[in-house]
Amino acid sequence: MHYLLRLFVQRLALGLLTLFVVSLVIFLSIELLPGDVAQQVLGQSATPENLAAFRRELGLDQPAHTRYLSWLGGFLQGDLGNSLISGLPIKDLISERMYNTFFLAGFAAVISVPLAVLLGVIAALYRETFLDKSINVATLTAISVPEFFVGYILVWLFAVELGMFPSIANLSEDASLGDRIYRTFLPALTLTLIVTAHMMRMTRASLINLLALPFIEMAQLKGASQRRLIVIHALPNAIAPIVTVIAINLAYLIVGVVIVEVVFVYPGMGQLLVDSVAKRDFTVVQTACLLFAATYILFNLASDLISIASNPRLLHRK
Amino acid sequence: MTDTQTPLLVMQNLQIEGLSEDRWKPIVKGVNLTLGKGEVLGLIGESGAGKSTIGLGAMGHVRDGCRFSGGTVHFDGIELTGASRETCRDLRSTRIAYVAQSAAASFNPAFKLISQHAEFPVRRGLMQREEAEKDAIDLYRQLQLPNPEEIGFRYPHQVSGGQLQRAMTAMAMACRPDLIIFDEPTTALDVTTQIEVLSAIRNIVEEFGTSAIYITHDLAVVAQMADRIMVLRYGEEVEAADTATMLNDPKEEYTKSLWAVRSFKAAQKAPVAEAQVPVVSLKNVTAQYPGTARPVLNDISMDFHAGRTVAVVGESGSGKSTTARSLMGLLPPVQGEILLNGAPLAPEFRKRSKAELQAVQMIYQMADTALNPKQRIKDIIGRPMTYYRGLRGKQLTQEIRALLADIELEPDQYMNRLPSELSGGQKQRIGIARALAASPKLVICDEVTSALDQLVAEGILRLLDKLQKEHDLAYMFITHDISTVRAIADEVVVMQQGRVVEQGAKEAIFSPPHAPYTDLLLSSVPEMDPAWLDRVLADRAAAQG
Repeated sequence: MHYLLRLFVQRLALGLLTLFVVSLVIFLSIELLPGDVAQQVLGQSATPENLAAFRRELGLDQPAHTRYLSWLGGFLQGDLGNSLISGLPIKDLISERMYNTFFLAGFAAVISVPLAVLLGVIAALYRETFLDKSINVATLTAISVPEFFVGYILVWLFAVELGMFPSIANLSEDASLGDRIYRTFLPALTLTLIVTAHMMRMTRASLINLLALPFIEMAQLKGASQRRLIVIHALPNAIAPIVTVIAINLAYLIVGVVIVEVVFVYPGMGQLLVDSVAKRDFTVVQTACLLFAATYILFNLASDLISIASNPRLLHRK
Repeated sequence: MTDTQTPLLVMQNLQIEGLSEDRWKPIVKGVNLTLGKGEVLGLIGESGAGKSTIGLGAMGHVRDGCRFSGGTVHFDGIELTGASRETCRDLRSTRIAYVAQSAAASFNPAFKLISQHAEFPVRRGLMQREEAEKDAIDLYRQLQLPNPEEIGFRYPHQVSGGQLQRAMTAMAMACRPDLIIFDEPTTALDVTTQIEVLSAIRNIVEEFGTSAIYITHDLAVVAQMADRIMVLRYGEEVEAADTATMLNDPKEEYTKSLWAVRSFKAAQKAPVAEAQVPVVSLKNVTAQYPGTARPVLNDISMDFHAGRTVAVVGESGSGKSTTARSLMGLLPPVQGEILLNGAPLAPEFRKRSKAELQAVQMIYQMADTALNPKQRIKDIIGRPMTYYRGLRGKQLTQEIRALLADIELEPDQYMNRLPSELSGGQKQRIGIARALAASPKLVICDEVTSALDQLVAEGILRLLDKLQKEHDLAYMFITHDISTVRAIADEVVVMQQGRVVEQGAKEAIFSPPHAPYTDLLLSSVPEMDPAWLDRVLADRAAAQG
């Protein structure tokens, strides 16, 4: 365990370094974006004096490296700064949205991860049969259709035709958990359909790869049933590749759900980010991007650690 | 204790087919076999003889892409070829068990040995988990594993190959089956380890009166283990008889050819003249992988003379191949130097000139993986000719043809083939041709015959000998097989743990007195005499006692 802990600290330090580099990239690419927030807020008729005064007020007249350092410094102290447009603290703006996004992603993950692994195991168990092919066709179809289309189909079916779930996932702040689940069911289902195929196919492929190995034949010759062969003997050896794909998909659930949020009018981070880019609210964009990057790095860190922990050859040295 | 009156296993006209290129082709063509209770039957033959397929067939199992196509297998009265999966499954572990060739690959890397041992005794309701673990420890002790109390609680990668092979035998014994199939259980082991595993297997099989089918391609091994021997070829029985009869009085020509161990022996060469400069020499080479604490090679010195063969022998991990890597400049020495025709060579291959690289070429153990599967034979051989010797066009084609004729492959027939269209022995010939294409001075042969059947291997040795004479080549011949050394070597270097234990002319090394390790190595090579194993074990016990 001592080894894992040391590894965790090492990887975490590396993650922080990555995050620092990412913060630079984010800041620089936003510097390169065309458009000017002062012009945007004050309109075309603003006088040069007004624009200059406005920039001074927001600190935009400072050179880039000063602004970068003050942003990063504030970030490290937990001060995310203020929105350029509304002047509100970004923390307030983001925290609610962040919670919503994590809730939706978590909800989708709770459905999709077990479902994908289960389908992958079933497909491997009944490989090359009708069942396997049906699972493949179904999940591939789901992933091939654009996500907004999947969303609208589900809305049509469950909201319009059956009337079971609301078509709009607008949330009030004090909604109960049950209400939240009820309202976010359709977006969560949409996301599930989008991410399941990838994870399921990786599970299936990793398992089938293992089936050709001598230790699987050995288990078979010891009298293990097909199910035992796959679940007990093969699956523990397939954890690393499966977890890696799961981590990528979970990160996608948090970072890449803009379109689904738009379809269901869901107040998450994706919408906030799109709005902020449109309004040239660069401080919000920067912060949101950095949070996304941090999420990505954390998920990958977790998947690395799980992969290593699942492999006795790495965990228990000779 | 052999009771052949009540057969445990009866195969009648067993036929098994395998799918290749969309057609079912016979692998086993009507084999009859009877195994009594407590009897050990040796199945012997070259690769492709169908030994393993028959062994698995005795468990009612065929590999993917194979099927039973006729005949019957009766185990204790139960017919297995047509039996349901459940019937076969219920017999496995409890009544029939299997010991695979590579224990390292056949233990699940994710679980501790003892969990894998206890899996089926517990699942079949024969024992509680604690009982099964206690029993495992008893079996480990009986099989003379070190630290029997603890070894089971390790993961497979933490245990050596020979120990794993014994742990796998223990696992096969877990439910005290009536029959165990041993599928080449010692083939992947060093000779000194093999002897321990053989004696452990034999003792425990005798102790529990277990019947066994012992599959191997090594006659001397089967002579130690089996009561009766069946010789197989192309999926058919050649002949079968009890061990003594089979060894002393084989009837069939094929059997006799197998029995006539290594008839090939390279002619003895005149000693090297004092003044002759070796083609390549290693002078006190010490090498170490970067970032490791201890060197992998310690103070190695060897001379390679034109027209002569230096055989480097030792077990896996002794540093034989590492010496070759160091010589090639893949692992630059940290001390000592490498000389080519008396002039120092750069330690690292990147800093060597084309002519220096050309002088040393290599032939690999696995011709299968050493040849690019997408290149045709003429390209495989032609490229070094163009690269090192600048041959092109007509001249190149001419040279390729001459070289193919040299390695005894008809040029018109083979020039345009892909490696996949060749047999194992032919692939190795191409590997040799590729090394020769550069016109080297020294050729490193790294276990070039280890993956080949005995008769094919002998052909390769003859070819190498012929080529040596024609081209005045120096060979560095790396092998773990003592009989190959006897056949081909002029000088012998015995290595252990990165050091040279003993080196000198072949006659000197092979005649006593030996260094203690050389003695251990030589005495561990199985002999055809069925009493060999007992004798060696008795000798060793006496020496220790």
